[in-house]
Amino acid sequence: MPSDYAFVGLFLVFGVAFVLFVFLLSKLIAPYKPNPVKKENYECGEVPIGQGWVQFNVRYYLFAIIFVIFDVEVVFLFPWAVVYKSLGFFAFIEMLIFIAILIFGLVYVWRKGALKWV
Amino acid sequence: MLELDQLFKNIYLWGENLFTQWGIPLFWLELLGMLIVAVIILAFMSLSVLFLVWWERKVSGHMQSRFGPMRTGWHGWLQTIIDAIKLILKEDTTPGTADKIGFLIAPIIVFVSAFMAYICIPFGKGLIVKDLNIGILYILAITTFTVIGLLTAGWCSNNKFSVLGGFRSAAQIISYEVPLTLSILGVVILSQTLSMQSIVNSQKHIWEWYIFRQPIGFLIYLVAAIAEINRVPFDIPEAEQELVAGFNVEYSGIKFAMFFFAEFANLFLVSAIATTLFLGGWNGPLLPSWIWFFIKSFFLVFVIMWFKWTFPRLRVDQLMGFAWKFLLPLAFINLILTGLFA
Repeated sequence: MPSDYAFVGLFLVFGVAFVLFVFLLSKLIAPYKPNPVKKENYECGEVPIGQGWVQFNVRYYLFAIIFVIFDVEVVFLFPWAVVYKSLGFFAFIEMLIFIAILIFGLVYVWRKGALKWV
Repeated sequence: MLELDQLFKNIYLWGENLFTQWGIPLFWLELLGMLIVAVIILAFMSLSVLFLVWWERKVSGHMQSRFGPMRTGWHGWLQTIIDAIKLILKEDTTPGTADKIGFLIAPIIVFVSAFMAYICIPFGKGLIVKDLNIGILYILAITTFTVIGLLTAGWCSNNKFSVLGGFRSAAQIISYEVPLTLSILGVVILSQTLSMQSIVNSQKHIWEWYIFRQPIGFLIYLVAAIAEINRVPFDIPEAEQELVAGFNVEYSGIKFAMFFFAEFANLFLVSAIATTLFLGGWNGPLLPSWIWFFIKSFFLVFVIMWFKWTFPRLRVDQLMGFAWKFLLPLAFINLILTGLFA
């Protein structure tokens, strides 16, 4: 029997192959007549001013950092949740402390104003 | 009873006989079987997307006292097929200043991440591509790849609208990811497993459905899932009035079709996951299991479409505040309560 994860690899290869096949199919039957105006970026019909690669606001960066912290901590909760019932009350207290630290972090971030979308 | 798992088992046994008669190693049968399964899933995905696009237009139409598509076929059922053909025939342009490779890869990432998540969806009794023992964690991990695709699409288009749309999508999806995961943890605590089939098996009777034991968790999941798939009232990344179309402004033809395809595939996916986790999956009386699964999933899809015509769009700051200042604390409280009473 192939490994459980053989399907994951197969679906990855198959999915990419399918999309590339459809792209190729479209390339074969769709017209292709480029011209400079068509190749321009869309900016409501005006001639685009400068590049689209603009500096982005730092708030996105802040949210990304907060997300990484919280998501990693949530992943730590999964092994705990799967065996929760067999661990008993002690595990609950332990995890309560862990979640308390998480909530403390959230309160800190909130008080610091990092959750404000300015 | 019309259960499909027995049918697939019989076909496999028939193939096994045939292969041993011809003296071909069974490895090739395994490989062939896996390929056929992949084709079936892809076909199912395409059909469900074709149906859902039509269904969305019909629901939207009737909620606004109009008919929606009516001309092509009976009540316009051919409309999406014709739309798909049109999109393949359309010219596919790439902006001259865009990053060509990223522009090409983005729709592939978005499509493949939706497609790969279908491995762990239990369509019925024994009808699952592979019941991975980390089932729900795998789905969460794979569907998050969509963010990378959207961000790549937005950035590589080199267009101000799509860059903004891509950033907003990414910020929104990662913000709602945390409460979504926490709401699923409640179900994991109660069922003591991550495998999708085991979660379904632990809700045999209607009073065991996790929606009754995790009502807050279900609401958090539904709201966060709607935000994950960028639908109204959380469609700020695609807000037509301010951002034209968000991350896919520059996409046309078949590449645009792939984003559209993935969006509706994800719509079905989140409904299917909600059905599995909270509504008892394929459990139900009288009818075959897979019919129950589809009834419940498509009902949830209908609810999500209903939301679209009920709630106005949120502002960006309200949206982020809602995720971090309301849903996240609520999800923590729900988790602690679940742990206390489990």
